[in-house]
Amino acid sequence: MNDHLTIVTGHYGSGKTEFAVNLAFRLAREGNAVTLADLDIVNPYFCSRERKEEMTSQGIRVIVSKGADSDLPAINPEVYALFENGMCGIIDAGGDAVGAQALGRFSQKIKCIPYELLCVVNFNRPETNTPQKAEAYLRQIEYSARLSATGLVNNTHLDHQTTTHDISRGAELIEDLSRDTGIPVKYHTFEERFSGRLQLPQEQQFPMQLYMKKPWEF
Amino acid sequence: MAKELWKGNEAVAEAAIRAGCRYFFGYPITPQNEIPEYFARHMPEHDGVFLQAESEVAAINMAYGAAGSGARVMTSSSSPGISLKQEGISYIAGAELPVVIVNMMRGGPGLGSIAPGQSDYFQATRGGGNGDYRTVVLAPATIQEMTDLTQEAFDIADLYRIPVLVLADGMIGQMMEAVEWKKPKARKLPAKGWATDGTKGKREHNIINSLFIDPKDCTQHNQNLQKKHDLITQNEIRFEEYLTDDAEVLFVAYGTTARICQSAAIKLREAGVKAGVFRPISLWPYPEKELYLCANRGCVKTVVCAEMSMGQMIDDVKIALNGSKPVRFIGSGGGTFPTSAELMAAAHTALEGV
Repeated sequence: MNDHLTIVTGHYGSGKTEFAVNLAFRLAREGNAVTLADLDIVNPYFCSRERKEEMTSQGIRVIVSKGADSDLPAINPEVYALFENGMCGIIDAGGDAVGAQALGRFSQKIKCIPYELLCVVNFNRPETNTPQKAEAYLRQIEYSARLSATGLVNNTHLDHQTTTHDISRGAELIEDLSRDTGIPVKYHTFEERFSGRLQLPQEQQFPMQLYMKKPWEF
Repeated sequence: MAKELWKGNEAVAEAAIRAGCRYFFGYPITPQNEIPEYFARHMPEHDGVFLQAESEVAAINMAYGAAGSGARVMTSSSSPGISLKQEGISYIAGAELPVVIVNMMRGGPGLGSIAPGQSDYFQATRGGGNGDYRTVVLAPATIQEMTDLTQEAFDIADLYRIPVLVLADGMIGQMMEAVEWKKPKARKLPAKGWATDGTKGKREHNIINSLFIDPKDCTQHNQNLQKKHDLITQNEIRFEEYLTDDAEVLFVAYGTTARICQSAAIKLREAGVKAGVFRPISLWPYPEKELYLCANRGCVKTVVCAEMSMGQMIDDVKIALNGSKPVRFIGSGGGTFPTSAELMAAAHTALEGV
């Protein structure tokens, strides 16, 4: 997986960060020297930088937007390290088109290296509860990022109240979105407790541990 | 209806729209920006008005105007912005207008931090503005509860002609939880005969004002307000008890902190310590008698008040308990929260102290 950049985008609250952090751990477990850049300069809550310590302890390098905690949206120039040869990089972008804007300025650099741009969708979020609404967000994100999406991630869940029905319903809807857009489905994500309980293509299954917790979940 | 996954800030805005709110005036501040953003996106679909004012002061006075004309109206902000609105809130209370205000609290004082806080309790329950006025203060702990309470807040505001404050924090505003949309229990609401919505040549002009030049008139006005406050205290108290039946140590906490306390109570019980949580939902009127009863009817030995502040609600806890139980405080201000482990340690210390 070296020489590969994965850019994680999606609607606000789609689960981009949870997926990006889990992807970082998965790639690190597979023996890659992973670098994750937290490019969310829109929202200061529930950001991958909150899990920096855990990631660093697993050998993952975390690049954080400087000044983020004081509400100053500034991108760390270290992000340029991701565009060098031999990197296994992940970009956790901010939500919606406004979050993807931060990608736009790097689009020429990104186009020079092998990359994939994944769009995460949770069909239980009211603003993306149909393939049509999800596509509208996807297209705005592509426009802002000045890059095209290469894969879709079904992250349909309902927090602790998720059932297998939510995940399979999301899987059907993301197939519709894939048909409408021609963008292939890359993953179906779900909490580890659902492992072995889902009728989904094995290579698309992406079990996750939840890292982005609320204060009473620690 | 199927459940959906809502972010707190978006949910509070949607709840307002569902309650018939068609006017929103606000000014951006983290961590509540998704509220104005949601209204900006969705008010036009309902022929409603979203307006980003030039300041918080302007926004609260626009809310005064809209409420005066009989409309359902909301404004929202976070701590420093709510401070700016205080003059307007006092005028709204004085003019007896129904306005719903949302405060997604952050760390203070001053600009403080953008992380979640609960240090506006004094301001919310004692009034940051001048005069003998009250605002109903509702403090949800889940997004479901926030959507229910926000819809009801409009009914309470209309019923009593009083500003209602939905008091949450950045965590509740930013986090996501499952929501099932429900309508609040129907209340019989009086017609707004006082509104300045045009005489149509059929009645005298209505005047909306908080000015009473003759002090005797102003005294009478204050007495009328007090009657209303007493009625609200009689009718609108809300609270929740969690594992309190056999509790020996009782946490008192609201909002986000109450949920950390609930998690600590479960862990304490696993370790053999009987812990429970009393959660005030209405912070004004405060469930004074209810807290006293909860702490004194069974086996409670000691009370621990927990807040994301340096200790504000503890005053009301002490008033409610009236010296009947020892009270300790644990909390942290500025944008951090007590952890479940810290709460457990505080419970142990409190029990050792009795």
